[in-house]
Amino acid sequence: MVRLYTEDLNIGYGDRSIVKDLSVVIPDRQVTAIIGSNGCGKSTLLKAVTRIIPHQSGAIMLDGMSIAKENTKLLAKKMAILPQTPESASGLTVGELVSYGRYPYQKGMGRLTPKDIEVIDWALEATGTIAFKHRSVDALSGGQRQRVWIAMALAQETEIIFLDEPTTYLDMAHQLEVLELLKKLNTEQGRTIVMVLHDLNQAARFADYIIALKDGEIVKAGTNEEVIRRDVLKQVFNIDAEIGRDPRTDKPMCITYNLIKGESVEHEKGHSAADLGATRTERMQQQQQQSAG
Amino acid sequence: MNSDQRRSIPFGYKFIGGLVFFVAMFAVAMALGAANTSLKDVWQALATDAVGEKISLIREIRLPREIAAIFVGAALAVSGAIMQGMTRNPLADPGLLGLTAGANAALAVTMAFVPSAGYFGIMIACFIGAAVGTGLVFGIVAMKKGGFSPLRLVLAGAAVSAFLYAIAEGVGLAFKISKDVSMWTAGGIIGTSWGQLQVIVPFITVGLIVSVALSRQLTILSMSEEVAVGLGQNTARVKAVLFIVMILLAGASVALVGNMTFIGLMIPHIVRAIVGTDYRYVVPMSAVTGGSFMLLADTLGRTINSPYETPVAAIVALVGLPFFLFIVHKGGKAFT
Repeated sequence: MVRLYTEDLNIGYGDRSIVKDLSVVIPDRQVTAIIGSNGCGKSTLLKAVTRIIPHQSGAIMLDGMSIAKENTKLLAKKMAILPQTPESASGLTVGELVSYGRYPYQKGMGRLTPKDIEVIDWALEATGTIAFKHRSVDALSGGQRQRVWIAMALAQETEIIFLDEPTTYLDMAHQLEVLELLKKLNTEQGRTIVMVLHDLNQAARFADYIIALKDGEIVKAGTNEEVIRRDVLKQVFNIDAEIGRDPRTDKPMCITYNLIKGESVEHEKGHSAADLGATRTERMQQQQQQSAG
Repeated sequence: MNSDQRRSIPFGYKFIGGLVFFVAMFAVAMALGAANTSLKDVWQALATDAVGEKISLIREIRLPREIAAIFVGAALAVSGAIMQGMTRNPLADPGLLGLTAGANAALAVTMAFVPSAGYFGIMIACFIGAAVGTGLVFGIVAMKKGGFSPLRLVLAGAAVSAFLYAIAEGVGLAFKISKDVSMWTAGGIIGTSWGQLQVIVPFITVGLIVSVALSRQLTILSMSEEVAVGLGQNTARVKAVLFIVMILLAGASVALVGNMTFIGLMIPHIVRAIVGTDYRYVVPMSAVTGGSFMLLADTLGRTINSPYETPVAAIVALVGLPFFLFIVHKGGKAFT
């Protein structure tokens, strides 16, 4: 059964178009990874599907309803989102933060019902964070904090969970910890997981379905066998990759890769110049913010 | 861990502690002053029908004044907390982001052009002025992309405030009402009457009640826009209501006592150090602490150089400026 899909989706800021005529079906009860190079629109796509940013045309359909028309609180009972680096929760305790996951179910002043408390404890248990319940979120390590945010998404009791680069800023062990937790949620509880991932091999190992984007368009969407292939990666990342198999998981993996020189680089020139410009302004903004701090 | 210890005391006890401090401050504020009064006089004035010179002084002059201090302190502290949560900006304060200056300019303009305007009219003008002042600051910052950094907001706030104060001064000079305007804005809570309180206290009370009711929404909003939307919050509506509440609280304060910078900045920061960053705790605690602080500042103002009065605004600024520099120095770490 198809629950979530997009149709001719266009997203952009002002007159700059970022995602173009994108139609894709998100497989139910599977782990889907969205991959692509920087600025390809993968985070933008995730934000639009979770209604954080509006889309310009086309439709995003969940259970036969356009999410643009659906009640936002009702949607929050169907899908949870873990944004990229949601940092400023800080002063709250783990228990307090996770209890806010019950927000879509609460009315009035938001007193927690026994059912709420049960779900919160379960979410803390499932993410292995119950031991920190009374500790302040900012006293935790990056990996622990990420698990707490996942616990908050779990407390929302949604069937679909979206994550924007959940492994960024984590070391290798913590990256695995988070991805294994997500995989477990998928296999044991049948939750649909959709995440933006940077690491190709993590996508190949943990996802059932991969959507590869370039310049806001789908290059290939399919199983990891179909997407982690030399020709696809060449198109998506402009790399010449050697594909092998992970000796432990038997999943396809990218063993080594080189940048492709020549015609494609020529083709990319205008693009990369624009990118450089963008990063320079970003850097300047960062500096401004630092001097502000 | 320090933060663990902080958690070991339930919020209820901390709040009761805040209330006890508040009552103590109130008793001190009522008992001390230029006239020689005792706690017994205060008790007689508040709880009995007894008459007498000291008693009527307490009832008619000191009591309305201290009630004004309580409500203004609470209103400014809570509007500061709302502003900091909404903008996720540790430097947000009604006095720094154009709210107070806007209300001030509106006050001068109203006194110049509608001299017959009553207390209610002036208060409404202050609301409008506060909204315009804040609107200008946020408008300027929003004109440039990616711009809501703490520094830029404060710079825009300073520029707009300077402009609006200049308007207030100019209008004051041109219409020869500078003295009236400055009596109002620098006078603080001196000479607050029961009549003024009757007009303004209901607005502040409503503002405070709505703030407490929306404090949970404010916590969600303060995390990030994305988290708030993801949890199903109607962020546009919540922000609009919070904005109105902020204008009500800060505008009413200016109408009552004129300019009072730094309270909105300081109190929420102090409160966060005690109760954490959940606004369900920060908002009510800020109200109580803000009230206590203003009582303390006013008592100091009346007693430091007795029988002369030291303006409360000066005392608040004296404490507030070092605190502001401290926050800037810590780069908002005190915020997170």
